[in-house]
Amino acid sequence: MIPANFDYQAPSSVEQAIALLESSHEAKLLAGGHSLLPAMKLRLAEPALLIDLGRIPGLSYVREAGAQVALGAMTTHAAIAESPLLASRSPLLSRAARQIGDVQVRNRGTIGGSIAHADPAADYPAALLALDAEIVARGRKGERTIPAREFFSGLFSTTLLSGELITEIRVPATTGAGTSYAKFHHPASGFAVVGVAAVVKMASGKIQSAAIGITGVADHAYRAGAAERALVNQPASAIAGACSRAAEGVDALGDHFASAEYRKHLAAVYCRRAVQEAMAAKA
Amino acid sequence: MAIRSRKTGKPAPRQMAPQGTLARAPKKAAERGIAAAQKSRTNGRPEPWVGRRYLRKEDPRLIQGISHYADDLRLPGMLHCVFVRSPHAYARIAGIHTGAARSSPGVVAVYTASDTKALGVVPCAGALPDLKIPRHPVLAEGHVRHVGEPVAAVIAEDLYQARDAAEKVQVEYDPLPAVVDPEKALAGTNFVHASVKSNQAFTHQLKNGDVDAAFSRADRVVKARFVNQRLAPVSMETRGVVAQYLPGEKTLTVWSSTQIPHLLKTQVALILGVPETHVRVVTPEVGGGFGSKLNVYREEAVVPFAAMQLGRPVKWSESRRENIAATIHGRDQINYVELALKKNGTILGMRARVISDLGAYHQLLTPIIPTLTALLISGCYKIGALQCDVVGVFTNKMATDAYRGAGRPEATYIIERMVDLAARELNLDPAEIRRRNFPKPREYPFATITGITYDSGNYENAMKKALELAGYSRLRARQKDAWKRGKYYGVGLSTYVEICAMGPSTAMPAGGWESGTVRVEPTGKITVLTGASPHGQGQETTFAQIVADIFGLTPDDVNIVHGDTAAVPYGIGTFGSRATAVGGTAMYIAAQKVKAKMAAIAAHLLGEKAAAMNFSAGRVGTKKKSLGFGEVVGAAYVARNLPPGVEPGLEATHFFEPSNFTFPFGTHVVSCEVDAETGHIRIDKYVAVDDCGNVINPLLVEGQIHGGIVQGVSQALFEEVIYNEDGQLVTGTLMDYSMPKAAQVPEFILERTCTPSPVNPMGVKGVGEAGTIASTPAVVNAVCDALRPLGITHIDMPLKPEKVWRAIQQARAAAAS
Amino acid sequence: MTKDIKIKINGVEHRASVEPRLLLVHFLREVAGLTGTHIGCETSLCGACTVMLEGRAVKSCTVLAVQADGASVTTVEGLAQSGALHPVQEGFWEEHGLQCGYCTPGMIMAAADLLEHSPAAAAGATPGDLEIREGLGGNICRCTGYQNIVAAVRSAARKMNRRKKAVAA
Repeated sequence: MIPANFDYQAPSSVEQAIALLESSHEAKLLAGGHSLLPAMKLRLAEPALLIDLGRIPGLSYVREAGAQVALGAMTTHAAIAESPLLASRSPLLSRAARQIGDVQVRNRGTIGGSIAHADPAADYPAALLALDAEIVARGRKGERTIPAREFFSGLFSTTLLSGELITEIRVPATTGAGTSYAKFHHPASGFAVVGVAAVVKMASGKIQSAAIGITGVADHAYRAGAAERALVNQPASAIAGACSRAAEGVDALGDHFASAEYRKHLAAVYCRRAVQEAMAAKA
Repeated sequence: MAIRSRKTGKPAPRQMAPQGTLARAPKKAAERGIAAAQKSRTNGRPEPWVGRRYLRKEDPRLIQGISHYADDLRLPGMLHCVFVRSPHAYARIAGIHTGAARSSPGVVAVYTASDTKALGVVPCAGALPDLKIPRHPVLAEGHVRHVGEPVAAVIAEDLYQARDAAEKVQVEYDPLPAVVDPEKALAGTNFVHASVKSNQAFTHQLKNGDVDAAFSRADRVVKARFVNQRLAPVSMETRGVVAQYLPGEKTLTVWSSTQIPHLLKTQVALILGVPETHVRVVTPEVGGGFGSKLNVYREEAVVPFAAMQLGRPVKWSESRRENIAATIHGRDQINYVELALKKNGTILGMRARVISDLGAYHQLLTPIIPTLTALLISGCYKIGALQCDVVGVFTNKMATDAYRGAGRPEATYIIERMVDLAARELNLDPAEIRRRNFPKPREYPFATITGITYDSGNYENAMKKALELAGYSRLRARQKDAWKRGKYYGVGLSTYVEICAMGPSTAMPAGGWESGTVRVEPTGKITVLTGASPHGQGQETTFAQIVADIFGLTPDDVNIVHGDTAAVPYGIGTFGSRATAVGGTAMYIAAQKVKAKMAAIAAHLLGEKAAAMNFSAGRVGTKKKSLGFGEVVGAAYVARNLPPGVEPGLEATHFFEPSNFTFPFGTHVVSCEVDAETGHIRIDKYVAVDDCGNVINPLLVEGQIHGGIVQGVSQALFEEVIYNEDGQLVTGTLMDYSMPKAAQVPEFILERTCTPSPVNPMGVKGVGEAGTIASTPAVVNAVCDALRPLGITHIDMPLKPEKVWRAIQQARAAAAS
Repeated sequence: MTKDIKIKINGVEHRASVEPRLLLVHFLREVAGLTGTHIGCETSLCGACTVMLEGRAVKSCTVLAVQADGASVTTVEGLAQSGALHPVQEGFWEEHGLQCGYCTPGMIMAAADLLEHSPAAAAGATPGDLEIREGLGGNICRCTGYQNIVAAVRSAARKMNRRKKAVAA
């Protein structure tokens, strides 16, 4: 319940935060704190320096950016869930945000903090992968944009470099596509046992393209390439068969609540449900 | 933790609206509620308070956050305690190094077994003939035997410092292979306690009738093996202890979140070797217990020990991880059961073997719980012959003990599952086989094959009502339709009876009576002292309703005092659905004694006969001549004109010894849908008809049933304490241990029947555990019923989606091959 | 190291010098002496510690006091206004939405947030039972089985809507 002691800094700019991050090997960034603080309270994380991003102005927003919607890294799940702009331009992310944790968690937790933590059962990664989102990271050497597909690299790990922090997430507008996020909640933690995000484009009664992001199954969220390919040019009747390949080639994780085999099975079931819902959403 | 008010250096005062205004606001609302209830006045007389949906007197302080639980207590100079606990299931302690912890900032003391070995041990009240009671020291001595066993106690100026220092206590462990599986443990040679030289803690047999003959006469025999999984009680308030020792006065005060303040007082005195006369136990507000605080724990001795050693108050608040690892668990039985049946469904005989996983050490009632399973195993049925063998097994886990229902949910699960399996085997409707084996209403008091006597009952009536309310035939039609469409819809019943109002002292390990004191104060207000110290049940309200009726006053005129051994005569506590039936009765009889005395005084003053004295609407007397209640009270205290032989004062105490348990009963009906694709279960409808005898306050009875049902449903579907093969606790936080949340449980439709108990004058039975006892088998019966077309007969709890999905997969594979 | 912070709690400013690791819930309980906010788990799940931070429900066990520096917090002790209970408090009492009372302050704060921010409540309607149940997903009660808590929130919603309409009229 009680974190170990640490030094604390609350920089007022991203540049200061980056400088602080480089000043210590045992520094951690504090965004909403809903991944990090629970770990610190159980003393599973004991950073020497905590850099609180909460005092940096201008990191919380949802705004139009050309064909994309840009979100500040410190935007809370609640703001994402309730955003009218996302509802009209790219509703999938809001839909995923609404299924994160509970009201209190959504009021504090941030998208930047969540994806940097890269919990294998988190909800956003599935949506960001399906959307082909981009993550904007800034470090001492400047800013770079990381495609979501290249961002999640393993269990609690990303391709962020040390000294980098996330400033923005960009998701494309999904006008013309149907989207859905179907989630099997862990009854205790509320995390995804399996979560499937789908972006489906239809043309003359057949699936033109499908992008499917899956969380909860493997050590990090992934794009279900085999299922996506199997869905192209298929009518509704072929969806179940195609979605049975949702976890093809995936090294699944298992625990006392859900074995690897069961998670792979659920991936197929929830993939089908997500794709069907996405198609219905479009119709 | 370096938190001081910068201005004063002291904790800042409470910030809230002025007391007076807040005190007035709830009063208004209370009056509204009461006004509504008052509408049904007849003949100008208020109807009795008993039986009304009277709003709780406890609530105004609780909804404003201005009551005090143990962790809310602050005493000058108070120190904080953090325990160092074993990370191992089983290990030899090779050494403990406390130097670094002792020199950590703010640390005042670090205690280990070397400091506490001269103290007494944690008590066990079990008295079975062959019971092995291994030494249960307050801090681990030589070995640790379960994850979470306390090894050292760190005392520091503040909580954060104590927690930091606890990290610095270095314990050298030589890990040993853990004893985890109770069935293997019985046969194995790796012993949890080398001194016992066996993992078998005790055996207990209940045998009645010619069992072998019953089985040889049977048309059919149904057999099953059930696992009744281990559960964590998880009261929302964890345990907490504050202790203060005043060396001058030599008085030790212990505030503890407990269900049994008086028993704790005795045990603390014994463990610490302090005269009991100098020990006072106070229960502050207690945030739930469910049996887990019906105990005496190591920490309840170590914290007072530290306070005595240091001469300063010490507080310990249990963390949730400690709570799941080191507060007692419930259930954890493996059952082998056989039922001998005639073709028409008559149950001729029953054989059961109960293997109870006790954990590493006995807590207060650990070995007693599974014997209660044997006592109730025949459920609400006439069974010709019974043999039930119970064996208690030591394993490297936390102790099991009383958790809501305590042994009876296991029994009800066994018999209600077996009856369903029998119905299936004999192709009978589950309701019909039950009806055929119920005792008839004229057969009460009904002597069971287990040797107890059910006080009163009408099981068929409750079942009939429940089936009607649920629309049983419609549910069956819906099921047929679902099956046709390849969907899985099921209906489950549980017709239960349970043992409440614990209990006659002859059947209890440490007294089954309860005390009640009623004192009419000089101002005419009434103070009640009850030994049945509550922790959410609402006795401050229900007991006030009872007493208000006796004296013709209002519940607001009556204040219920509990949970302070310095104020309240010795009592037993609140558990086993006993508070109203035993504690309430003690108070009721004490009140009648005081009333009789007041009647004598009033009659003397009025020149009337005492028998003619009526207490109503604040007056005492007859229709023609009466005195104000306060006038009679005044006469008793001023004492200048008392009838001959009548002593001054208005106070009476009664110690009520019940002649029997009481036996509430009822029927729960559940319908559910199983998603065959994922194994997910959705409860569609939940109907409960319960009979707990006469009801003091229907609002509170319904609350008890709601909460009870959810705990039982949650056992069926979600909850499970899991130790892995190394004895590591896998479900150590609420991230893994599945507590039911609002959206995960259904709404309930409740009705009651009323069959008063002849055991006590109020005709009450008890309702605290009924919902939990009834609901678990109803849910499992419904799920197994849904899956009937697949040939699935049983799935062990909890019915987690993967387990259900696997059972379906296997059944389909078997059908295909 | 310590840091000087100030937090406005129920309208009253509290200043203290605290370790950065001090949790907001401990600031409320130990510094401000407001023990109505309870601690029920270590893993940000049970919701017993729920308070309003800048008007939104948060779990005060998962916020550092330093993060709340300069912010305003409402705890259960500050919910009653001008001597009158909040409709949610009344609802819990009238519908028997509590037994042991330990989860109650957090549950009440979460319910108040729900009735402030739920789409149904914002539209002047009473949230449906499912919306209420899901809205309370961050709070655990072991006693009530939730049925009367749902009834309490429903009753409070109706009461608040009636009052809003009365004010509007």
